[in-house]
Amino acid sequence: MKQESTIVIDPVTRIEGHSKITLHLNEDGRVEDARFHVTQFRGFEKLCEGRPFYEMPSLMARICGICPVSHLIASAKACDSLLAVRIPPTADKLRRIFGLAQVTQSHALSLFHLSSPDLLFGMDADPAKSNIFGVAEANRELALDGIRLRQFGQKIIERLGGKRIHPAWVVPGGVSEPLSEANRDAILQSLPEALAIAERTLEWFKGTMERFREEISTFGNFPSMFMGIVKKDNGLTFYGGKLRIVDASRHVVADDLDPTQYDDYIGEKVEPWSYLKSTYYKPKGFPDGVYRVGPLARLNVADRCGTPRADQELAEFHELQRTAVLSSFHYHHARLIEILYCIERLEQLLNDPEILSKQVRAVARPNALEGVGACEAPRGTLFHHYKIDEHGLIRWVNLIIATGHNNLAMNRSVLQVAKHFVHGSRLTPGMLNRVEAVIRCYDPCLSCSTHAWGQMPLRIQLISPKGEVLDEVARA
Amino acid sequence: MRQVPTVKTLKINGRDLSGRQEETILDVARQNGIFVPRLCEMDGLTDVGACRLCLVEIKGQNKLLPACVTAVEEGMEVTTDSERLQNYRRMILELLFTERNHVCSVCVSNGHCEMQNLAQRLGITHVHFPYRYPKEDVDASHERFVIDHNRCILCTRCVRVCDEIEGAHTWDVMGRGIEAKVITDLNEPWGSSETCTTCGKCVHVCPTGALFEKGRSVAEMMKRRQFLPYLTLMRKENE
Repeated sequence: MKQESTIVIDPVTRIEGHSKITLHLNEDGRVEDARFHVTQFRGFEKLCEGRPFYEMPSLMARICGICPVSHLIASAKACDSLLAVRIPPTADKLRRIFGLAQVTQSHALSLFHLSSPDLLFGMDADPAKSNIFGVAEANRELALDGIRLRQFGQKIIERLGGKRIHPAWVVPGGVSEPLSEANRDAILQSLPEALAIAERTLEWFKGTMERFREEISTFGNFPSMFMGIVKKDNGLTFYGGKLRIVDASRHVVADDLDPTQYDDYIGEKVEPWSYLKSTYYKPKGFPDGVYRVGPLARLNVADRCGTPRADQELAEFHELQRTAVLSSFHYHHARLIEILYCIERLEQLLNDPEILSKQVRAVARPNALEGVGACEAPRGTLFHHYKIDEHGLIRWVNLIIATGHNNLAMNRSVLQVAKHFVHGSRLTPGMLNRVEAVIRCYDPCLSCSTHAWGQMPLRIQLISPKGEVLDEVARA
Repeated sequence: MRQVPTVKTLKINGRDLSGRQEETILDVARQNGIFVPRLCEMDGLTDVGACRLCLVEIKGQNKLLPACVTAVEEGMEVTTDSERLQNYRRMILELLFTERNHVCSVCVSNGHCEMQNLAQRLGITHVHFPYRYPKEDVDASHERFVIDHNRCILCTRCVRVCDEIEGAHTWDVMGRGIEAKVITDLNEPWGSSETCTTCGKCVHVCPTGALFEKGRSVAEMMKRRQFLPYLTLMRKENE
């Protein structure tokens, strides 16, 4: 009997946060539509109201245990603009070091801990061994590299901020403590090992790409715009600069956009079936204004990295496709190039003669009642926007988290993968895993982006036109 | 005429100790290095027995008595650290945590808070009572200081230091029981208080992050309390 149905994957596994995927089948058993539902809700924007803005960086850091540093930085930048101060140059550089360390550890987590099982064992592997422990058994060195690289980034964060998760070191006006010579030297000493790991992982990854041709051509391989912050010379940066948007051919759509004016060109839309907002480029409307952010987007947007090894790899990366690199599978590749960049850039910054300066904080009262802070988090562009009253208490908050920018693209990617790999009313683990794996490419952080509540189960349901659940695969 | 002895001898935790007759059990315990927890008592301010954390057992009495306001007596046998007392103290602290919104991780006093330190010392790892999550105000209208009622435990140190040491009596308590809160003047915004001298003593005696200096970020509010005993001593000498 032919009938329409829906497949539900709930929860989506090996991602950060809680979500499910529904696949709607038509009467021929082909996938008609697909939705990526983010099923958790947090509400940070609301619970901050009434708090002194000086608390915001630390409050906002609690959004995420993986990338608290990005929230610290975006929040502190928003607070800097409430103070209307220019922070001391050394504070600016120290914040950059902090951010680069975090991008490195977060990218390592995404690639090694969450996605390396797919890359090492293939998409059809036994789900029971598709985890970091399975990787450690099969390829001990790869797993250890991942753990070491994450440790490398976390240690830098600890040396600067006093602890690895949720350090309170980034404050409105700068940072609270200067960098000591001993810590600077210790970080410098840890760079060569991290660089060696980044280099050999990149080589290994490139070697595996051949096995994933089918995935590369179907994992979110569609034309879209890409957005990212670049430096004045259009080079890669994570801390700040101007926003640039390119189209699928890497032609510039918009340049020199001021991130603090995001509201002029970024629209936000709420769908009834997900707690995650979808953003779109206003001039093109919804949903045509779809764009992607994060590693893939940053490397499509940037002309250069500004460090020797990363620049070599970027040139090679741009050769992957004549147009912009469109397949979301290449997020993994981009992530590895960014790790390389971060380590090289860390060395440049740590060797800066100013880096040990004791002047690291500007002190002021609130001089503006509204402030926006933007930076590039590991997963893409992050905006924090605050309004305060005359006493410095928060009155209104808006957050746009990287994963929100990618929401439309993730939905399209899931649909593309499902159309290609899922047929009929029966589900195989390989199908299921590919639908999840495309989500993993984006490394979404749902707890960040929805502000999390609840458990993290992945369920795929196959739903008939009558609304009957034909098949269901669930992971507890 | 019978001479009243000025020195009393007593036992605390089995140790033979002595104190002057006007001294409290807490004074004598402190002089002899015996730890008795407290949050409202402070050297240099009058004692009110508000927090009940310094409750001790006295042989021959069924009631537990607060060490900060109980004068020493001849022949007293005091226990400061029984299991029963420890349980009560933990319970009192847990209730303080549930009463308002104490979120250490994002508090200006994180790492420098008397209540947090005490909770750690008493081995509190969980709170066994449901939290109340009341909606409390933050008054940031003062030019230099902020009061966050979410973190106030009603110890009234601010009220006493303002009245007894500064002489301004800006702070007081209004309401009863669970409705009680500290206020400035006649429950006006602190920033428009006509009596406040902006001396900051209240901020520095506050045991938690309820009172803090503006512009302090998380964990940055260090309180300096050494001034108080010196200040009172100097005044006495001048008298």
